[in-house]
Amino acid sequence: MNIPLPNLAPIVPELIMSLVASGLLLVELFTRRKQIIGYLTLVTAGLTLYVLPMSQGETFGGMFISDNFSAYFKLIFLINVILIVLISLKYMAKSEADYGEYYSLVLFSTVGMMLMASAKNLIVLYLGLELMALSTYVLAGIKKRDVRSNEAALKYFLLGAFSSALLLFGMSLLYGLTTSTDIYQISSFLKTKAVTPALLVSMIFVIAAFAFKIAAAPFHMWAPDVYEGAPTSVTAFLSVGPKAAGFAVIGRVFYIAFGSVQTDWTAMFIGLSILTMAVGNILAIVQVNIKRMLAYSSIAHAGYALLGIIAGTGEGLSAMMVYLLIYAFMNIGAFAIVILFDNREEIGQYAGLSKSHPIAAAMMLVFMFSLTGIPPTAGFIGKFNLFAAAVHAGYTWLVVVAVIFSVISAFYYLRVIMNMYMKPATHEASVTSSPGLWVALFVAVVAVLIIGILPSIVLTGSSLSWL
Amino acid sequence: MQTGHEMHVTTSPTNAGRALMRSLLWLPVLGLALLLGILVTRSVAYPVLSMVIFLPVAGALCLLLLKREQEKLIKICALVLSSAVLLLSLPLYTGFDKGTPSMQFVEKHAWVPAFNIHYAVGIDGISVLFVLLSALLTILCVAVSWHAINEKVKEFYASLLLLEGSMIGVFASNDLFLFYVFWEAMLIPMFIIIGVWGGPNRVYAAIKFFLFTLIGSLLMLIGIIVLFFYTSHSFDMLQMMTASYPYRLQVILFWAFFSAFAVKVPMFPVHTWLPDAHTEAPTAGSVILAGVLIKMGAYGFLRINMPFFPEATRTMAPAMMVLSVIAIIYGAVICLGQTDFKRLIAYSSVSHMGFVTLGIFALNVQGLQGGILQMINHGIVTGALFLCVGMVYERTHSRVITDYGGAATPFPVYAGLFMIFTLASVGLPGTNGFVGEFLILVGGFTASKTLGALAATGIIIGAAYMLRLYQNVFFVKINPGLRGMPDVNEREILTLIPLVILVFWIGFYPNALLGFTDVSVQHLMERVSSITPQLSQHAGEIVR
Repeated sequence: MNIPLPNLAPIVPELIMSLVASGLLLVELFTRRKQIIGYLTLVTAGLTLYVLPMSQGETFGGMFISDNFSAYFKLIFLINVILIVLISLKYMAKSEADYGEYYSLVLFSTVGMMLMASAKNLIVLYLGLELMALSTYVLAGIKKRDVRSNEAALKYFLLGAFSSALLLFGMSLLYGLTTSTDIYQISSFLKTKAVTPALLVSMIFVIAAFAFKIAAAPFHMWAPDVYEGAPTSVTAFLSVGPKAAGFAVIGRVFYIAFGSVQTDWTAMFIGLSILTMAVGNILAIVQVNIKRMLAYSSIAHAGYALLGIIAGTGEGLSAMMVYLLIYAFMNIGAFAIVILFDNREEIGQYAGLSKSHPIAAAMMLVFMFSLTGIPPTAGFIGKFNLFAAAVHAGYTWLVVVAVIFSVISAFYYLRVIMNMYMKPATHEASVTSSPGLWVALFVAVVAVLIIGILPSIVLTGSSLSWL
Repeated sequence: MQTGHEMHVTTSPTNAGRALMRSLLWLPVLGLALLLGILVTRSVAYPVLSMVIFLPVAGALCLLLLKREQEKLIKICALVLSSAVLLLSLPLYTGFDKGTPSMQFVEKHAWVPAFNIHYAVGIDGISVLFVLLSALLTILCVAVSWHAINEKVKEFYASLLLLEGSMIGVFASNDLFLFYVFWEAMLIPMFIIIGVWGGPNRVYAAIKFFLFTLIGSLLMLIGIIVLFFYTSHSFDMLQMMTASYPYRLQVILFWAFFSAFAVKVPMFPVHTWLPDAHTEAPTAGSVILAGVLIKMGAYGFLRINMPFFPEATRTMAPAMMVLSVIAIIYGAVICLGQTDFKRLIAYSSVSHMGFVTLGIFALNVQGLQGGILQMINHGIVTGALFLCVGMVYERTHSRVITDYGGAATPFPVYAGLFMIFTLASVGLPGTNGFVGEFLILVGGFTASKTLGALAATGIIIGAAYMLRLYQNVFFVKINPGLRGMPDVNEREILTLIPLVILVFWIGFYPNALLGFTDVSVQHLMERVSSITPQLSQHAGEIVR
């Protein structure tokens, strides 16, 4: 039997990442300095970023596709990896969790996300999702001796496994209905058929499973505990990567596979979005732990990003993608500040930091205003773009709801600023700074401001078709 | 000991007299500088509006690079920068063509092509005065904060300059997106100024200010987005001023924009942030808030609500006038019961801004002219009153009116200056307040006799609370704690003198400002209603 070698060109980025990730496990045997592994990870991510534009096309018998849509998400994933590695270098050593596996797990989980973004077949989608998920379960618990980290890993694993089961169930129903696992074939099949209850049930299961990944209410329960318990760098990683990957598959599956039954899933997503914004924003107000607060804030942001999906247009999709890119910078930036002041978990402990650490405080100010969506920061551009897409699609009332929750969100973001700038210091100021952390912070803050002032960098127009 | 005090009291007036003389001697110098500025800026061509928007912003960033310890240098830089902005804005005064309602000093560059967003700035008769007012008040704010701000000096002046740039940006924007960006960007430095350098309850006041403004602004953002799609994918304000939208849409959008502007003005039910913010803000913050920020709400009505949605404006005008009259009387009555110096002036702003919105929504030329003039007047007079309060607060560290009393004895010069602003605030003929309030009442009576009459009672109550304040602070039995305190010094007199000049200049020769607004206002009126040329001629006579 002669099996031809598939065209490997479209999958080169994933190949590089997987090979290096495996190799890093070996490198760890020969070096005591774990930072070298971190630098190697950076180089790998940079290399992957470089080859990304050259890897267009389909392969593996049409199961894997590398197009503009996937490339954009891979860009987000790689930015995520680079920033995370930069903020982890010193932090992991300090938290006595300096294992070489850390970096290869980051890479493996990113490969999983990239597979999800490129999946043209539900099987590949599931493989990618599991690769991502299993790696992140371990990452959440990488502080072996920390009970909270263990708890986070266990919770994440149990609920994640549950959501995987839901997804498999939904997918099997879908396969039963359409006799295919190919997203495009499902799409053309569904176009010719009327909506049946079985299809709706399968759709609900798929939505529930994806909602777990993007931490949308009411499937968000794991997020605050996991975000609080996991090491902060992992939290930053989890709050951006898996979320963006979840949105990538939502985009692909719902715009393509369920493209003909848009009215049905839009209704579900509207409910999901409103609930997510409500839960995220309202519960964030009462948090005293900054990581929990940022966890709820990231839930809320998933609610905003869902507006792009709900719009159901190319504009909406592209607004959602731009939002996730911007969100990556501002959210990781905020977590980087938390790492910088890593002995303070309570928001009240940030009091008076503007006096002792004016630059870090100013950066946090930028990130907080950006998360609120105040110009001239990138967060405003992202929100504006999303709102414009939703209004154009006729969901003005939903935008009004989103706006009201935005105002609520201002309250808890301002509280951080208020503590830093308007209250006297209560705690001894000590920071864990490192060059890597400062580079990451600098990149994030510059990105947030530049995108805010020159939005044309990310707003390329709705003419581009992504899928 | 007793004699020592007596000595001090007797000597301090002479000191104050000397300070007054010295500061008067400075005036020719400043006048010459102004003249020189006019000559130089007239002969050099440069993009005026971009310059006055971005020079303070760039200057703020440069200030941040200076060393924290060089406080003196930072202050001088801030003073030089803010003065430079005023000098650079002079061509707006000297080169302004009063005969045309169209935009002048226009600059337009593509900014975000994907959304057809332009960096478009330009001014007309309605906005030109506010740009100049913002530039002037910022200098005075720098001067008054000289000794009042001792902490985080660098950040304070940087915030102030950022605030100046974005304020001018709001008045100069011709692109709705740009307008919104400046409108919101302004919130950040103002929030910081109130929250960091404010009074005891500053954090509460800052957050209240931010949240109130934000909810209004975000509703406006939705309005802007909707407008974008209805104006064939454009944010061009000039295009929107001539477009005609369906009536239902106009009404909805009117309320969307109203929510942002009413909070800023602030109109009656949403005014509650103002007393807190004005009271708790540091002097410079109160001056900018009262002088410029709250004018933006009324400016928004003039720039956006009226020309964009003329039919809706006509329908809503009676409701707006009722709200204005409520604000006038309610604000004034509350002032009568105030024990806090700053809070009283803050509530008087609610009342005075009620006059402004009354004039605007009277929808006739006199009312509009008066409204705009009164905005400038209120900026000058209330700005000056806050400056005055800040000056004594620096000495006594008290805002409670009963802690004063007999202050005219230790502070004779100060008492004189305060008297001028008090009378201007009351609206005595000869001061600027009279002209504005008179025009507004003429406009108000033309629109509705009842509302006009009710509004006029606001003036009476206004006189009552201002004169009572003046009496309690300056004339009653002297509070022993005040003895021996120094009167205003040269710097403080020089801060107030420009405003004194403006009070009388506008009071005696209002056409100096009305000439700027005349043509633009008539143009606006033609858009809002089908006013006959004869009537507008008549209005012009009254103005003159």
